[in-house]
Amino acid sequence: MASLAFSSTSASPVALRGRPNKLAIGVAQSGACHVSARGSDRKARLFITRAVAVEKKVSRFEDVAMAPPDPILGVSEAFRACTNESKLNLGVGAYRTEDLQPYVLNVVKKAEKLMLEKGENKEYLPIEGLAAFNKATAELLLGADNHSIQSQRVATVQGLSGTGSLRLAAAFINRYCPNSKVLISSPTWGNHKNIFNDAGVPWSEYRYYDPKTVGLDFEGMIADIKAAPSGSFILLHGCAHNPTGIDPTPEQWTQIADVLEEKGHTPFFDVAYQGFASGSLDEDAFSVRLFVERGFEVFVAQSYSKNLGLYSERIGAINVICSSSDVANRVKSQLKRLARPMYSNPPVHGARIVANVVGDPNLFSEWKAEMEEMAGRIKNVRKRLYDNLSQKDKSGKDWSFILRQIGMFSYTGLNTSQSENMTNKWHMYMTKDGRISLAGLSLAKCDYLADAIIDSYHNVN
Amino acid sequence: MQAQTRLNLSLLHQDQALFSPHLFLVTLVITPTRTVLFNYSLSQKRTLYLNLAFSSKLQFSARENTERKRRRTRGTKMAFRAMISSRATQQSKWVPSAGVARQMSSWFGHVEPAAKDPILGVTEAFLADPSPDKVNVGVGAYRDDNGKPVVLECVREAERRIAGNLNMEYLPMGGSSHMIEESLKLAYGEDSDFIKDKRIAAVQALSGTGACRLFADFQKRFLPDSQIYIPVPTWANHHNIWRDARVPQNMFRYYHAETKGLDFSSLMEDIKNAPNGSFFLLHACAHNPTGVDPSEEQWREISHLFKSKNHFPLFDMAYQGFASGDPERDAKAIRIFLDDGHLIGCAQSFAKNMGLYGQRAGCLSILCDNEMEAVAVKSQLQQLGRPMYSNPPVHGALIVSTILGDPELKKLWLQEVKGMADRIIGMRTTLRENLEKLGSPLSWEHITNQIGMFCYSGMSPEQVDRLTNEYHIYMTRNGRISMAGVTTGNVGYLANAIHEVTK
Repeated sequence: MASLAFSSTSASPVALRGRPNKLAIGVAQSGACHVSARGSDRKARLFITRAVAVEKKVSRFEDVAMAPPDPILGVSEAFRACTNESKLNLGVGAYRTEDLQPYVLNVVKKAEKLMLEKGENKEYLPIEGLAAFNKATAELLLGADNHSIQSQRVATVQGLSGTGSLRLAAAFINRYCPNSKVLISSPTWGNHKNIFNDAGVPWSEYRYYDPKTVGLDFEGMIADIKAAPSGSFILLHGCAHNPTGIDPTPEQWTQIADVLEEKGHTPFFDVAYQGFASGSLDEDAFSVRLFVERGFEVFVAQSYSKNLGLYSERIGAINVICSSSDVANRVKSQLKRLARPMYSNPPVHGARIVANVVGDPNLFSEWKAEMEEMAGRIKNVRKRLYDNLSQKDKSGKDWSFILRQIGMFSYTGLNTSQSENMTNKWHMYMTKDGRISLAGLSLAKCDYLADAIIDSYHNVN
Repeated sequence: MQAQTRLNLSLLHQDQALFSPHLFLVTLVITPTRTVLFNYSLSQKRTLYLNLAFSSKLQFSARENTERKRRRTRGTKMAFRAMISSRATQQSKWVPSAGVARQMSSWFGHVEPAAKDPILGVTEAFLADPSPDKVNVGVGAYRDDNGKPVVLECVREAERRIAGNLNMEYLPMGGSSHMIEESLKLAYGEDSDFIKDKRIAAVQALSGTGACRLFADFQKRFLPDSQIYIPVPTWANHHNIWRDARVPQNMFRYYHAETKGLDFSSLMEDIKNAPNGSFFLLHACAHNPTGVDPSEEQWREISHLFKSKNHFPLFDMAYQGFASGDPERDAKAIRIFLDDGHLIGCAQSFAKNMGLYGQRAGCLSILCDNEMEAVAVKSQLQQLGRPMYSNPPVHGALIVSTILGDPELKKLWLQEVKGMADRIIGMRTTLRENLEKLGSPLSWEHITNQIGMFCYSGMSPEQVDRLTNEYHIYMTRNGRISMAGVTTGNVGYLANAIHEVTK
């Protein structure tokens, strides 16, 4: 073995550049040549290697193309790289204080202190997660006295925040409802498509945003949902629609429920902002509770990233409200089976924080107060931005949609090039769909932002 | 080998069964010289789902829809249950009584209860047992000599240091760069040139499971024609991972039932017979479930054969430091491969060696040709993680990087991990001595020959069932004993029970 001669020549591999997902071609060692086309059989793929080993192997992944930067998380990276003083990060939806600092909630600090003192162990959670957390999260969502909870019809599995919970549900749909597709709003959170794509669930869009009114295209929405094949899954944002900030009114929610009932669709809620939108946990859960009351079977993905500021702890849940407790048990067992080969069992830290906060009456009230504060700051910022825009913009354009929208985000109505102008000229970092995160805006900066928006809107096409 | 393969299959069946076994098609080829192939008939399963989903939709005719506000009748409930239980034997076109409300019946009535996970299900059963003598040697979580879970001192100290200091902002998609850096140093060597040259594409992952899953998904996406060779036996969840990633699996022989050691010649044969350029899953140290590792010399031979076959090795390293007590020694296999010029993949977990089980802290790394390629591969790994969980959890990562980044804490950690490994090695010796003292006719030297958390006892599923039913000893049915669950308090009882069922 030690006497092997090592050849140091290795010609560059035959690569298929610009065609991602193609198999890398083999090592072109001197004297040998190999080509392999995608999908060809094994014999053709035989790498004719020499008897003598080469010192350095050429990688199997030579051909892997660079992935495009994530449109949302990529914004923060670009922001960090920018050196201009007036820069603002209006990209990712992470709450900031008036001083534009990240904010760890007081109740979270207290809960962590409690946990440190208790010194609990770090054993594996069961696949479905922390029981205390699962109980708390379902009750938060539906109300402890909700009939579906009382009759044990809710299958709850702790998930990796909203993303992970959505992915579990999507994988479930792929496996157990392979004929069905999901309808997502146009526009919607960018990662929704990735999740359904990677889970192998076909999707199509329903109209949602009306650029003319910068509001809800309700007729279009209803028509598209009606046109979908019976038994589709309709992805709905429980409150504070991302990215537009435009929510249906209670009356509109009722009509949406009517259409879903008529067509035998299943509602699939993404609830990432409960408590964060209006400041009230119950108010923000109105839409979900309506559908549950109406007797639907419902999927609900929850996240505690924003409302408890636990972003990086990755804490959330997937809830499936079923028609019977028997079905709920079975559904839960299959959700677990999908989670096991993804990550075995979920991380414990965030779950304990939530359980501690919700489980202690004092901490719970404190949390509600902090949430109201956060939501309140955003409402104030909206007001200030609207005032600045109305004052400065002499064209008479109606900017009141900013006040009507709710939650962390606002769809400004700016198009791609206008959004790019915001970044390139004014150093306002935002996603190219015209979405700004008001959580990243302070009262002090509203003036500057208003100037930027007016300039981009009127002077760029 | 035959027995072991059958054994492994039974685990798979248990795990895979969605419907009655007779509806589940498995094609199996066993020959003395060829490797074993599994073909899961996915299309068969899909057809079944389709029929059921469709038949449940047949209920919801227009007539029924007009009556949708009616309450569900008890009769309907029972009829529905009958449909669910009868679907295994027929394709039902069950028509309900008139007036069934649409949302009274479930869209998911056809969903079967999943079989219990063979490993985690053991702990559930253990917890439910009221017997005072019960012993849990099932799941691989370390216990101290009192049978209690352990949080390492270095971990507690790290937590004290990080408490209240940092915000909880999203980590970058690839995870904590500090943690990744420290993980790579641990696996590849403190002064590794590969790290300096930035040739390693690495992302923080959800412990070992998440790291393997990311690699499996990456393999599926970028080398869609490739398959994975998995040792027989292996950790049961490996099969789930590559199955759910839809990468076909092959087996290579590993465990030698007669000697309860390594079947080295068969292993080499299977490596040789695999088509050039195949992907192999290797346990870097402390093989799970057998505890049987190749010797250093054997690793060198394996590496050499890999070179001539141009195979790709993915190392699953879940026990670095935990096997021998020395992390450098436990990484020997990886270092041999690196020295030989292989481009490897490595899935690391901090669940056992730092006791961070529930924190889900791990790392997936892939050694590339050059820095540019590493950047590209890393970006694609991030792209795979994004629709699974967006970005990984921070808490465990902070603990890892705090400990490994601080010389004092790292020293403490090394002491503590050696302490855990030593206790286990001590228990192995004691268990073997006890069995020999009881006059067992069988050879138990494999208990001390094997390494790491697990001991492959060689007991049959029936013997294991007797252990559970008669002696309240909980372990997985493949005869795997988690030595971490053995204490000075229960080793005598355990030895006695094993002797009773095997004599």
